[in-house]
Amino acid sequence: MANAIDKIYFSSFLKNNPINKSNFSLFVQYFCKLVIYQLSLMTWKQFFTSSIGKKFVVGFTGLFLILFLIVHCTLNGMIVFSDNGETFNHWAFFMGTNWIVRVMEIGLFLGLILHIVQGLVLWAQNRKARPIKYSMTSPPSNNRWYSRSMGLLGTLILIFLIIHLYHFWTPSRFGGLLGIHSLEETPLATYNGQIVHNLYAEMLTVFQTPWVVIVYVLAMISLAWHLMHGFQSSFQTFGINHKRFSPIIKGLGTAFSIIVPLLFALMPIAIYFKWFE
Amino acid sequence: MEHYNMDLTLKVWKQNNSKTKGRFETYEVKGISSEMSFLEMFDVLNERLISEDKDPIAFDHDCREGICGMCSMYVNGRAHGPWEKNTVCQLHMRAFKSGETIVVEPWRSAAFPVIKDLVVDRDAFDRIIQAGGYISVNTGNAVDANTLPIEKYRADESFFAASCIGCGACVAACPNGSAMLFVSAKVSQLALLPQGEPERKTRVLNMVAQMDKEGFGNCSNVYACEAECPKGVSVANIARMNREYLSAGLSDEASI
Repeated sequence: MANAIDKIYFSSFLKNNPINKSNFSLFVQYFCKLVIYQLSLMTWKQFFTSSIGKKFVVGFTGLFLILFLIVHCTLNGMIVFSDNGETFNHWAFFMGTNWIVRVMEIGLFLGLILHIVQGLVLWAQNRKARPIKYSMTSPPSNNRWYSRSMGLLGTLILIFLIIHLYHFWTPSRFGGLLGIHSLEETPLATYNGQIVHNLYAEMLTVFQTPWVVIVYVLAMISLAWHLMHGFQSSFQTFGINHKRFSPIIKGLGTAFSIIVPLLFALMPIAIYFKWFE
Repeated sequence: MEHYNMDLTLKVWKQNNSKTKGRFETYEVKGISSEMSFLEMFDVLNERLISEDKDPIAFDHDCREGICGMCSMYVNGRAHGPWEKNTVCQLHMRAFKSGETIVVEPWRSAAFPVIKDLVVDRDAFDRIIQAGGYISVNTGNAVDANTLPIEKYRADESFFAASCIGCGACVAACPNGSAMLFVSAKVSQLALLPQGEPERKTRVLNMVAQMDKEGFGNCSNVYACEAECPKGVSVANIARMNREYLSAGLSDEASI
């Protein structure tokens, strides 16, 4: 492999020798070595392939996805108006049609994919780092089972996400286009002459099935545990571990991990038990 | 503390070398004093095994006073056994009751191949230290005390980081087999001091690159390392290394 010495050799070589036929192969050799040297030092490559870099990506995308959860949760909150879903549908229509939101949606999916891919890469590498398992382990008392099970919790959330997208996102964005949901089955509503997808009615139908409600609630429990570790952990990965700030971050993380999934879980429960009618 | 003798059943990992497959073997030991250290208990067992013309159990040890970091045993599912902030040589038999079964395994990590039985090859740690390189200090007479003022806080933090004995318990205890606590302690002890300043950026970049090359896992902030570290090195060092690495990775001009 190339190293820093090659760089010095190369510069002295260039200084002392005019490039001609006889030393051309040597020149090429030095040049290639230099390119390899420069490439091997590229910080962006390092940034995405080193262990700390990968963790940074997972942490950063994780926080980005947390921002999305806030937006999603706020929009869910629109059902509290009890106006038969008019406010809710208005904002659902805005999210589905506004081009800025649509562009951000692409960013969201990219962030999600990066989070999943890098998370799985880390998981696979970490498994490889201990080929022979301990026959007996008793984790120390400061260890939390959910910190050790982020991969499992994440997979559960991913399975839920596929079900969730099938229930609401595909009919809302594509309707009958992909043949996933027929157009006739897609409920519509008209407000001030504007025909919109009646996501509220869709929701009332979907959440009548008991197993769907159970899956949603279980997924939100997984999300709560995932966030319980992920929120505060991402700050450690960014290098923030401070006597005064870390307890605040941990407190915020715990509160967020309980409140947001709880609000999400209340949605199917409230509809199933008809609290808003 | 009351003295008592105990009979124990040991399940110990036996492995001839890094190429062969290992297995657990069961040994009965009798009349072990509660005042003995864990390693002395092994000495007693090995004396017997040798007299019986059997293969003694190979284990690493040097100072036997908890500062060299050689002893590396995973006792009953814990690195260095059940006591907190303790090495296995300083683990005394009073931690156990008579009739107990104790499971002893070597550190399990792809980067620490087993040499024999409970002895693992921790050269990976040495190579990480080597990758960190030298610090630039002038040779010659020792400088006068306090010519280079260092804040108390920095000196203390650096000292706490430097208390790492490189035993590898962090790697052993980590569910991911990550060496982040060790490397971060070694990065921190110099990053905090003016003597470490000239090579501060290249040091962290090179040491992390070597750490990744050795096949250690990635930190997922479980903090088992901190709990099992015999010297109580804090995971705040890991945050510091993340900080050092990210800022060096983006700003080090030598590597652009």
